[in-house]
Amino acid sequence: MREARVSFLRNWSVWILLACHAVFLRPAAGIPRQANSPEELLTLPGEIGRPGGRLVISLRAEPKTLNPLTAADAPSREVIGAMQADLVHINRATQLTEPAVAQSWKVSPDGLQYTVTLRKGLRFSDGQPLDADDVLFTFRLFLDEAVHATQRDLLIVGGKPITVRKVDTWTVIFQFAKTYGAGERLFDGFAILPRHLLEKPYQEGKLGQFWTLSTLAKDWAGLGPFRLKEYVPGQRLVLERNPYYWKSDVKGNRLPYLDQLVFLFVPSADAQVLRFQSGETDVISRLGAENFSVLSRQQRGYTMTDAGPGLEYNFLFFNLNDLGEKASPEMTRKQKWFREVKFRQALSAAVDREAIVRLVYQGRGAALWGPVTPGDRRWINASLPRPARSLEKARSLLKDAGFYWTNGPNGDSALVDSDGKPVEFSILTSSSNADRTKMATLIQDDLKQLGLHVQVVPLEFRSLVDRVTQTKEYDACVLGLVASDADPNPDLNVWLSSGGSHLWNPAQGHPATAWEAEIDRLMEQQLTAPSYEQRKKLYDRVQQILAEEQPMIFLASPDILAGAKDTIGNFHPTVLESYVLWNVEQLYFRNGAQSTAR
Amino acid sequence: MTQHRRLMRWLLALGVLHGVVACAGFFAPYDPAEQDRERPYAPPARIHLMDEQGRFHLRPFCYAPKLAEDVSNSLRQETRTTLPVRFFVSGARYRLLGLVPCRLHLFGTSGARVYLLGSDGYGRDQFSRILYGGQISLLSGLLGASLTLFLGAVIGTAAGYYGGWRDELLMRAIDLFLALPWLYLLLALRAFLPLAASSLEAFLLVIVVLAIAGWARPARLVRGVVLSVKERDFVRAARGFGATHSYLLRRHILPETSSVLLTQAAILVPQFVLAEMTLSFLGLGVPEPVPSWGNLLANLQQYSVLVSYWWMYLPALAILPFFLGYLGLASVLQERMGGAYKIEGDAS
Repeated sequence: MREARVSFLRNWSVWILLACHAVFLRPAAGIPRQANSPEELLTLPGEIGRPGGRLVISLRAEPKTLNPLTAADAPSREVIGAMQADLVHINRATQLTEPAVAQSWKVSPDGLQYTVTLRKGLRFSDGQPLDADDVLFTFRLFLDEAVHATQRDLLIVGGKPITVRKVDTWTVIFQFAKTYGAGERLFDGFAILPRHLLEKPYQEGKLGQFWTLSTLAKDWAGLGPFRLKEYVPGQRLVLERNPYYWKSDVKGNRLPYLDQLVFLFVPSADAQVLRFQSGETDVISRLGAENFSVLSRQQRGYTMTDAGPGLEYNFLFFNLNDLGEKASPEMTRKQKWFREVKFRQALSAAVDREAIVRLVYQGRGAALWGPVTPGDRRWINASLPRPARSLEKARSLLKDAGFYWTNGPNGDSALVDSDGKPVEFSILTSSSNADRTKMATLIQDDLKQLGLHVQVVPLEFRSLVDRVTQTKEYDACVLGLVASDADPNPDLNVWLSSGGSHLWNPAQGHPATAWEAEIDRLMEQQLTAPSYEQRKKLYDRVQQILAEEQPMIFLASPDILAGAKDTIGNFHPTVLESYVLWNVEQLYFRNGAQSTAR
Repeated sequence: MTQHRRLMRWLLALGVLHGVVACAGFFAPYDPAEQDRERPYAPPARIHLMDEQGRFHLRPFCYAPKLAEDVSNSLRQETRTTLPVRFFVSGARYRLLGLVPCRLHLFGTSGARVYLLGSDGYGRDQFSRILYGGQISLLSGLLGASLTLFLGAVIGTAAGYYGGWRDELLMRAIDLFLALPWLYLLLALRAFLPLAASSLEAFLLVIVVLAIAGWARPARLVRGVVLSVKERDFVRAARGFGATHSYLLRRHILPETSSVLLTQAAILVPQFVLAEMTLSFLGLGVPEPVPSWGNLLANLQQYSVLVSYWWMYLPALAILPFFLGYLGLASVLQERMGGAYKIEGDAS
């Protein structure tokens, strides 16, 4: 069912852009556990909090909109995540789906039909009741091409849009054209919208300009834990508690605990650290390892948390595109090395991944030998070999592939190919990403020990993307991607040879190699495989092929690092975004109405 | 006479400083690009003569820095393993003055490496990097200044001597050059450079761009001097005796500009060094792993480095004696000119 998400990702430059900033937000929400209270509230387990208080967090940029239909940028999605709710939600801690606005769902035996039962008696944040018509209306908007909803492509499964049908006031049926492995995961992130507010602008065709930042609080409504209160351009966005929120704690107190949630606009990472240090913000996330250790060292009234490796994987890849006519003789020669699998394996063996983790992430990360990080616990192929760095192995692989060494001018040995030409190439990195530039510099030194001369070229990110995807004028490149969910499907576009993010040779008409064809087949199979075990087996094989063929030399994955004031309860950062606000309805101040004086 | 002695003193000081940097390979214990991945951000080693038991050692020694086992780097200290410092040891290969292959180093330790001024994020020796970085920075200063002065002298002389529309044209060109926003042009220029520009190419480009950016001011000064000199009696007399243009320029006019040019040189070199540092700081100069004073300081762009590792500021200190030397030299030169021509105290 995730094929849809994938086609959204076909606009891949957006994807990489987002990935590069380690974002790809999904709206946050709670730990739903199925439980039926008489009021049809959802009861969340966990620490009982104290009501009141105002939580301040910084945001990299101002959100562009408050409209869930058109929100594409990370800040907008982060804010909307705290204001909206979806039918089925992925629990960020367990990485499994759980009922949210839907109280339960049933899948037909053929996997094509999802019958969703709504929670009864729910109200939007303006007090208006919710029923199946709102759900129908919501999906009509998301599917209407005229609305240009950013998530529309996700609802196209098997080439056809999902159809939605109302059974009664509380029941809705979703019909798929094709079976999909983990169908209910699709619903995560689709905010259920209020028909009573949006119907009129929709009919007038003004939906695109509706719900901007300047919207008045009374014209806005959602099912999330917070609702709009105030927006001060260039400074902050203030949300207040939604009194009609449909979750409660075990003692029956209605959530959320906090009175207000304030987003401050703080553009640079360093400035965010300073604000957090001075106590202006209560929570900080998306921290780099260096800043994390600065904060850990000077701990005063706050606790830093290392949630372990996230879903970001960084890798080195080579230009394996079929350049045809426009390839220069030099490029043809270089591609001959890059296409040699033993060359790629040799370079992989020569890369010191432990040093990358230690020097780039100060030990707060994990070395990678495949695309699935240890943070993606359910999908990682644990049986992949994790060979330690070995220059001997690299040398013997290169020798097998016909490379040999000559003595360079300074007495150091230089690697040459079978035609006697020296092996030299350049690695692109994004100049705005210090971590990846540092990785490339370490690789440069690793490869120097093999006699390879490598230039590191930091480029502005847009021109880098342009070179990799459009002009294809590059030798090698260090990049990183962040999967949007702990599932193989968001990465379809990277592994399918026809995918736009198949970085080393994107958007192929036919798979260029036999192993790429096999990956294509396996990925298609896992899409329709009915059980997790079967899908896992297929995806394990994909990971194995990638580790053998090394189209990408996987390097390392950084930990998700966050911090919060000691007074904040229920603070449990996760490796899925939005790392710290996913359980915002349960966050509370231990000493009651704290930090109201700002 | 005392003035002459002062001049000599400044020249000697500068000569020694430049000599040390020129022979960086000998004075630096290690290769500037060699990484010690076990010891990133090692603090500067303290050199001891007394050991813990209070015994005196004739041979200075230091304690080996601890491995980076603890993640935080914060409380990393020295081990109790002593590393005696040995002099005139054989170590990493280098080329003395860029020519003579050599392995002899002034000092070194056996076993673990000693970091006199600490190590950077890759475990590279700061001391060696500062010395080698000086080669790039000073060379670009010296080359840039000579190129600028050459251009300035030629254009300024031409404008001043020939006068008329040529003067007018060149002066307007100077105005134009002074008005251009150089930093942005440089940023644009770097984007056009081929991807795999080697460090040498990047270095040369920096110098050429610096020289092109800087010729306007000295040209204006030279023009002023030429304008006044060419009306002096001895020049008129020589012209009256039928001297050719080239003779007049060679024998009478250019020698008069020499003191202005020398003083300008003493002012321009540190300015060009600063400009190189600015460019490298912004990532437009010499690429890693080749060190220059600018890209050594570029580490300080990160807040975490700024507050955690004080020794990363040291490259900034290394520049001080050089600048002091050049400014001292400039002021002595200025005095020698006897205030005949006022030097523009520009700061661009």
